[in-house]
Amino acid sequence: MVPLADYLVLSAVVFALGLYAVVTRRNGVAILMGIELMLNAANINLVAFNKYAAPGAVQGQIFALIVITLAACEAAVGLALVLAAYRSLETIHVDEINVMRW
Amino acid sequence: MTGEAIAFYALAAVILVSGLVVVSSPNIVHSAVALVPAFLGITGIYILLGAEFVAGIQVLIYAGAITVLLLFVIMLTEGGTGLRLQQRNEQGPVGASVAVAIAVLLIAGVTHTTWGRGAGTLPAYTPGAIGQSFLGTNLLAFEGTSIVLLVSLIGAVIIARKEE
Amino acid sequence: MSWSHELWRAIEGTVLIFSGVAVLAAMFGVLLERKISGWMQSRLGPKHVGPQGLLQTIADTIKLLQKENIVPRNADATIFASAVLVVPLAALLDYVVIPFGTTRFGPLIFRDLNIGVLYFAATSSLVVVGILMAGWGSNNKYALVGGLRSASQMVSYEIPMGLALITVALLAGSLSTVKIVAAQARWWYAVEQPLAFLIFLTAAVAEVNRVPFDLVEAESELVAGYFSEYTGMRFALFQLGEYGEMFAMAAMAVTLFLGGWRGPVLPPVLWFVIKLYALIFVFIWVRWTYPRFRIDQLLNFAWKVLIPVGLANLVATAFFVMVVRR
Repeated sequence: MVPLADYLVLSAVVFALGLYAVVTRRNGVAILMGIELMLNAANINLVAFNKYAAPGAVQGQIFALIVITLAACEAAVGLALVLAAYRSLETIHVDEINVMRW
Repeated sequence: MTGEAIAFYALAAVILVSGLVVVSSPNIVHSAVALVPAFLGITGIYILLGAEFVAGIQVLIYAGAITVLLLFVIMLTEGGTGLRLQQRNEQGPVGASVAVAIAVLLIAGVTHTTWGRGAGTLPAYTPGAIGQSFLGTNLLAFEGTSIVLLVSLIGAVIIARKEE
Repeated sequence: MSWSHELWRAIEGTVLIFSGVAVLAAMFGVLLERKISGWMQSRLGPKHVGPQGLLQTIADTIKLLQKENIVPRNADATIFASAVLVVPLAALLDYVVIPFGTTRFGPLIFRDLNIGVLYFAATSSLVVVGILMAGWGSNNKYALVGGLRSASQMVSYEIPMGLALITVALLAGSLSTVKIVAAQARWWYAVEQPLAFLIFLTAAVAEVNRVPFDLVEAESELVAGYFSEYTGMRFALFQLGEYGEMFAMAAMAVTLFLGGWRGPVLPPVLWFVIKLYALIFVFIWVRWTYPRFRIDQLLNFAWKVLIPVGLANLVATAFFVMVVRR
């Protein structure tokens, strides 16, 4: 059986990739893609712990399902915001959206 | 090498390579399309972990709906034509070092812990077990998530509406 | 079973499904479509190639194979090429959970997944990404508009399809297709759930972009929609994907609503094939009977008619299962 640590290492690397995307990309949609990667990494962790450390119930999978649902909600609202920002400010690069900065 | 180990390493390779394309490609459409193999690889990981209902939902929602949503928004905004612009801001090195530091910290933490093993086995028919759990112990989370879905549905429609 | 055995079995299954779909769905399907549409329009279909035109599709495929592969100049070559892989792949993946019959050794199914119905809904939703990639990668405004419209149509009609699937799974008590066929021993689900059957058929026709929902690829509207710029073998693969998806939807409707392979005298596989082709005939018949919907009528129909009706049906069925059956 693949040891639990392998799954956790994979999840850590995917999380780091997502974090890199969120911190360094200029495009709003690319930032959202990074957030999705981070949420997926957390899900891998949850499901892996469910199988290896607490297999009596499906609590980890329930949590992962709820995270997937909330990720879908947040992607929908986030992308609606990007669309609305594009309509009024003509840009989706987040460093150019500085209209309210003093 | 057992079959499970081979499958795990193959899937991990797919996920990591597509993840790299997602976060570092200058073409945003390539990034969005590379999310699909990443999500499918993660689906494979879930199946390896015996969570087939979560795997089905992952394909249905992530690869089938969220990716489509991302591609729609890219095509409706200037995303695909911004190739000549810079896609990375000035925090490149800082971001990379922070990401690497977090990864190293997490990996060091998980490889040096001995994880205990809980009692019991995973049920064979997970949809049934998940259904029972959602209507039993996790009822509040289920109802709360439904309300969040409703609110975000209405919110997204209102925010993205054209000003008439 | 060792992993090499499993891998070998998976490869065998893939080749079997691909060649099965290529022959039965694409070749027979296209030929049937042309013949039946001809008869409905008081003319004979293809007659010259082979006896009664049976080899027409083979001739068409050979013609398409020797055409030049053109990639438009400013098109995104990677996405243009990979879109061709995604659409037929998602269509062929649907066949893994369809029980074609039963033998002494068990059901004739590639893999009896215990999330069979959910797997089917998931792979049908993968086609949308391929369509968006094809529309974008062609660098052609008709292809892009066709791709976006097709994607929004397919995404909208996935929901009523999912509701119909859930209703049947609720009645059968399982998501596995083999158990759903086994649960139809007394009555077919088309008799118990006519509304879900109709909703599923309508959503299936819309999912494969056929008339009356084919605004996105009608020649008078958008040239050919999202695959306008594809030539030669790539066009053939898209057609394979589209006809394969149509046959997969019909096969799923047979499994869920028409009792699968159940039937009195003939062998089970023969019953499955008879029911499958009966549904395909209904699809072709509908194509040559109705005019097409406009895009806003189409989307209104999905969101304002099919989804409320599907939800009401689901709630009524749940009430029936919980209260009346106890």
